[in-house]
Amino acid sequence: MPRECLAELSGVSKRFGKTVALDKLDLKVRSGELFAVLGPNGAGKTTAISLLLGLLKPDAGSVRLFGQSPQLLAPRRLIGVMMQEVFLAPELRVREQIDLVASYYPAPLSPAAVMEMTHTASLAERPYGKLSGGQKRQAQFAMAICGRPKLLFLDEPTVGLDVQARQMMWATLRQLINQGCSIVLTTHYLEEAEALADRVAVLANGRLLASGTVSDMRALVVRKRIRCSTTLAVEEVSTWPGVENASRDQHGLHITAIDADAVVRRLMAADENLQELEVRSAGLAEAFAELTKEATK
Amino acid sequence: MNATALQFDSELTRSTAMPASRVLRAYLTEAKYESVRMLRTPAFAIPFLGLPVMLFLLIGVVLFGDAIRNDPNASKFVFAAFAVLGVMGPGMFGFGMALAIEREQGLLKLKRAFPMPPPAYLVAKMLMAMLFGVIVMITMIAAALTAGNLPLTPGQSLKVTVICVLGTLPFSAIGMLIGSLASGRSSIAYVNVIYQVMMHLSGLFYPLPKFLQTIAPVWPTHHLQQLVLSATGAPSRGSATIHVAVLAAMTLLFTLFAVRRLARVG
Repeated sequence: MPRECLAELSGVSKRFGKTVALDKLDLKVRSGELFAVLGPNGAGKTTAISLLLGLLKPDAGSVRLFGQSPQLLAPRRLIGVMMQEVFLAPELRVREQIDLVASYYPAPLSPAAVMEMTHTASLAERPYGKLSGGQKRQAQFAMAICGRPKLLFLDEPTVGLDVQARQMMWATLRQLINQGCSIVLTTHYLEEAEALADRVAVLANGRLLASGTVSDMRALVVRKRIRCSTTLAVEEVSTWPGVENASRDQHGLHITAIDADAVVRRLMAADENLQELEVRSAGLAEAFAELTKEATK
Repeated sequence: MNATALQFDSELTRSTAMPASRVLRAYLTEAKYESVRMLRTPAFAIPFLGLPVMLFLLIGVVLFGDAIRNDPNASKFVFAAFAVLGVMGPGMFGFGMALAIEREQGLLKLKRAFPMPPPAYLVAKMLMAMLFGVIVMITMIAAALTAGNLPLTPGQSLKVTVICVLGTLPFSAIGMLIGSLASGRSSIAYVNVIYQVMMHLSGLFYPLPKFLQTIAPVWPTHHLQQLVLSATGAPSRGSATIHVAVLAAMTLLFTLFAVRRLARVG
């Protein structure tokens, strides 16, 4: 049975003045998954999230949250939110902030339970304004999950966290997924997407460049990058089987190969004086950089 | 409608139904923490809770106490002036400045992303201003009865308190309108200018020249002052019904403009 679609942007366009923030974007968030939205600054990630949260209205296309308009209160009672660059009331203590957000939901967790889950119990009685940047993010995370959301939106949740706090947040996210919560995460940290995401979407210039599972993304870059110093002609190498692309610059010949092993064997056979051979495989970071570079050309 | 949508609909009604008691709780929790915040902000709480009664004691008792001791109407005029001053501030500043700043800082946006009942944020700020009004009136009446030689009956005291606490509403609405239009920085200037102009041009503290007297009814302060004077048994101008109607109309009108503006631009 296909998984339910919890949130959906279909054919959504959004402009701010002359800037096109989103251009006919389609995105689907399915139940039980952690969906990571990646992209450089200005790619449209935050705009996409803001539309799904009902904070913005699309110029074209439709936005659904649990099959309804996100402007309505009912579907939003099923979500939790952690946004970027939010200044919360500095006078309120962490426990009070959680208590306040919990009051918006039909059946929230108790502040004590939330703080235990998010390892923020030690911050409970501290005024929010006196917290460090990382502690503020942890408090915001606690606020995001206090309503037992079915779908959690996290916009760059781990910015400013130290390694330990980040690991703890990841562990809590995995725990939430195991309990049936779905998560939409935007992040700059690719290792975060690699570590957590079931599915990834890469945005650039308001368009969807690629989406799929993390292994789909990796498959996009099973292609290896070969560089070498050789007298072989670009035209010749580019006709070889297994070679997707070849080019030359001052650093030598660059080959993008689907079957790197075969290409390397043939290179060595064809040019006895071949030097500086280098073969690299790319991670998600490289796939992402490649994809966005292509798109922003 | 397809099967998935139907499934969502039934699930939605099951898991997102919120009993009226919990909705009410959301409003009250918002109001509670809004008040807690403001009481914990010395720069807000001290001037708005302390200043009216201190000025009343200074002017009405220390400086001119002897002069007005034998003229109950004069002491009631001074009392009414500082009571009105006391209930103007929390709404105008608590709303005007705080709303403008919180809009700018993204707090309002976050609250709108959360399933906060949309009016709760504004209602909380209005209730906060009313709570401040209650505290101001209790201290003012206590000061008036003990040090101020003001002959207020318990009935008059209660009536004046109710008028002044409800009287915070038009000032909250003015603050809300400013806060919905202005940026955080400029809201401070706008609120201050309007606050000062209303205070002085409505004849709150001294008799106005004839020309200004005729335009005094444009200010909510004038209407509230007349209601307070009348409730204390001092001579007042105009009809109470009209004063109440003007204050209610101003509250509704400014609130409506502000809510429309907030719905459009956030």
